[in-house]
Amino acid sequence: MPSRNPPPSHSSPVPVAGPVGLPDSLVGTAMDIDGSHTPEQVIAGLRATGEGEDLVQLLTPEGQRVSHPQFDLEISPAELQSLYRDMVLVRRADREAKALQRQGELGLWAPLLGQEAAQIGAGRAMAPQDMAFPSYREHGVAWCRGVDPTEIFGIFRGIDQGSWDPIGTGFQLYTIVIPNQCLHATGYAMGQRLDGKIGDAQNAEATICFFGDGATSQGDVHEGFVWAAVYDAPVVFFCQNNQWAISASLDRQTRVPLYQRARGYGFPGIRVDGNDVLATLAVTRWALRECRTGNGPILIEACTYRMDAHTTSDDYTRYQVAGELEEWKLKDPLERVRVHLVREGLAESEFFDGLAAEADELAVRLRNYCISMPAPGPERIFSKVYAEPTPTIDAERDDYLAYHASFTDVGGVS
Amino acid sequence: MAGTDVPQTITLAKGLNQGLRAAMEADRKVLVMGEDVGRLGGVFRITDGLQKDFGEQRVFDTPLGESGIIGTAVGLAVRGYRPVCEIQFDGFVFPGFDQIVSQLAKLHYRSQGKLPMPVVVRIPHGGGIGAVEHHSESPESYFAHTPGLKVVACSNPVDAYWMIQQAIACDDPVIFFEPKRRYWDKAPLDLATPPLPLFRSRVLRTGTTATVVTYGPTVRTVLDAAIVAEQDGHTLEVIDLRTLSPLDLVPVFDSVRRTGRLICVSEAPSEVSLTSEVAARVSQECFYSLAAPVLRVTGFDTPYPPAKCEEDYLPDLDRVLDAVDRVLAY
Repeated sequence: MPSRNPPPSHSSPVPVAGPVGLPDSLVGTAMDIDGSHTPEQVIAGLRATGEGEDLVQLLTPEGQRVSHPQFDLEISPAELQSLYRDMVLVRRADREAKALQRQGELGLWAPLLGQEAAQIGAGRAMAPQDMAFPSYREHGVAWCRGVDPTEIFGIFRGIDQGSWDPIGTGFQLYTIVIPNQCLHATGYAMGQRLDGKIGDAQNAEATICFFGDGATSQGDVHEGFVWAAVYDAPVVFFCQNNQWAISASLDRQTRVPLYQRARGYGFPGIRVDGNDVLATLAVTRWALRECRTGNGPILIEACTYRMDAHTTSDDYTRYQVAGELEEWKLKDPLERVRVHLVREGLAESEFFDGLAAEADELAVRLRNYCISMPAPGPERIFSKVYAEPTPTIDAERDDYLAYHASFTDVGGVS
Repeated sequence: MAGTDVPQTITLAKGLNQGLRAAMEADRKVLVMGEDVGRLGGVFRITDGLQKDFGEQRVFDTPLGESGIIGTAVGLAVRGYRPVCEIQFDGFVFPGFDQIVSQLAKLHYRSQGKLPMPVVVRIPHGGGIGAVEHHSESPESYFAHTPGLKVVACSNPVDAYWMIQQAIACDDPVIFFEPKRRYWDKAPLDLATPPLPLFRSRVLRTGTTATVVTYGPTVRTVLDAAIVAEQDGHTLEVIDLRTLSPLDLVPVFDSVRRTGRLICVSEAPSEVSLTSEVAARVSQECFYSLAAPVLRVTGFDTPYPPAKCEEDYLPDLDRVLDAVDRVLAY
């Protein structure tokens, strides 16, 4: 088959478009008249964009440590246990949140399940002075930045819209409109450069921006890449490719592996096994260091899988391909570390027992806190719309609170 | 302020330029960013000379993308900067609209005050320059309808000089409209006269026959009409709104209680607009003072027409005088 593009040097099965403008996986095969793909085509597409020789991996799904010429990592048993602990605890918090939603205590939840390694690896790679710009599923990164899960729960319970201190934690509030935060991260990183925080100094800074595979189709990712490139902004674009944008599989967003897009913008793109916490830690640590010393920006594509629905309002059985979840369960980010710790004798059973107890305690604390969170009163509606208050909103607030109080004054309705 | 550098008589464009210069001198966190604002000095030359004097770090040309301009300004504001973004023409703001309404307007509220957004978005607006499509629009209602934004419109060189400095000093995001067909209007600037606060409307001319409320490029149109109306024995009280969000309507209510008649003038289409809002609020506050319904003189509820039609589209002196006749007929 003739091709406009020379084949890439690596063996990624579906890297470039065929001559008729379709991914190779679709050329010459049946596509439904309405444009939807057969399960085989979807599976093939996911494989093509989630595997390949260029995938940085340090711990195989079977728990085997492997080396990498560029991104090897020295890690102590204690550090490995600590990474595992974080993943176990954020998974437990995530499962508790889902249960709380099912019981009506949270209005919605965006599950993290399956993406723990990508987020803990990236979050733990950050230095205290670095800044993260999350989307709305970065519960694991939040954990690494010291943002308590109760503060995340507050958003999904409808108590607030993000209560933590974004500057103090180095973790911006969640951004729900996909992917507005790519530009905020870029602008913030431009500010780090303007402030002279790039270089070899101990306090040199970098920014990391989190978004998903679906976000890459949005213009703000493109503009973020362009701006970051032309201003040499110290920003790591960390794309968690979890294979699905609600119900749209990756082949609806791209015909090339996402990390390869970086080349077109003039900066490096690296693909990492997003279910391997060691690989994401090593690659993100390297990328942030590059940015701090002035070699940014960098794109990381962390190949992972959303093992639950998009949110608790979503029904993934309507689109998930048969066998796909089982296939990814074999690549579970926690299990491979557990197997490695056990097999190599790096942790005793007391460690696992203690961690299980700690996870249960966390869940109880989160549950108790969640169900006792006080709902804000109506005055919250009018609070802090502006830094400099306006007479319009002050008058609306006073009128409404007087109206509201008129019900309780007569003692009938409260 | 760089008082001695300011010429005695200035154009509106020069007022903005000198105001930007003063704001940059006053606060090193102020940045000027946008398409062609650096080397070229902006397509209207509003930022002329700023890059030369303040350097490429503080006055910089951006890639061509309005979402990128606003979105990176948001990030710079999180970092503690005070960006002043130039949108080249009114009709080009919409690629940045998402960042303005979803993020710039909401971050202070979302964070409950932890993230102030002291960002100014400058937009030349309005028609009358014979331009092609997308260069003559009046999109101010979209922004005034968005909680979290403040919206102002300057109408003369003196206000331009002061208002841009006040907008930059404001800790809230300010959408700053500039009347592009009035960029070359001139007026004397007396630095000894203290400026009006930013979020105040102003009575420009007192009268008893009717109140005429307007803002931006049609302020001069209405003032011209008031001179002609006087020859007919009608004195118009002319109010320049200046601030479109929050509105400062107390002077309007006071005026209408005396005149009993109100005409609202704007280039924007009339439906669901600032003139609608003023009419609604006046009907609520001044119901027993009104001797006639509130009349409006506006652009039409059509897209902005080809330039050869704009003399008919834009409210002019005759249409304002016609409205005076009609409001007096009740």
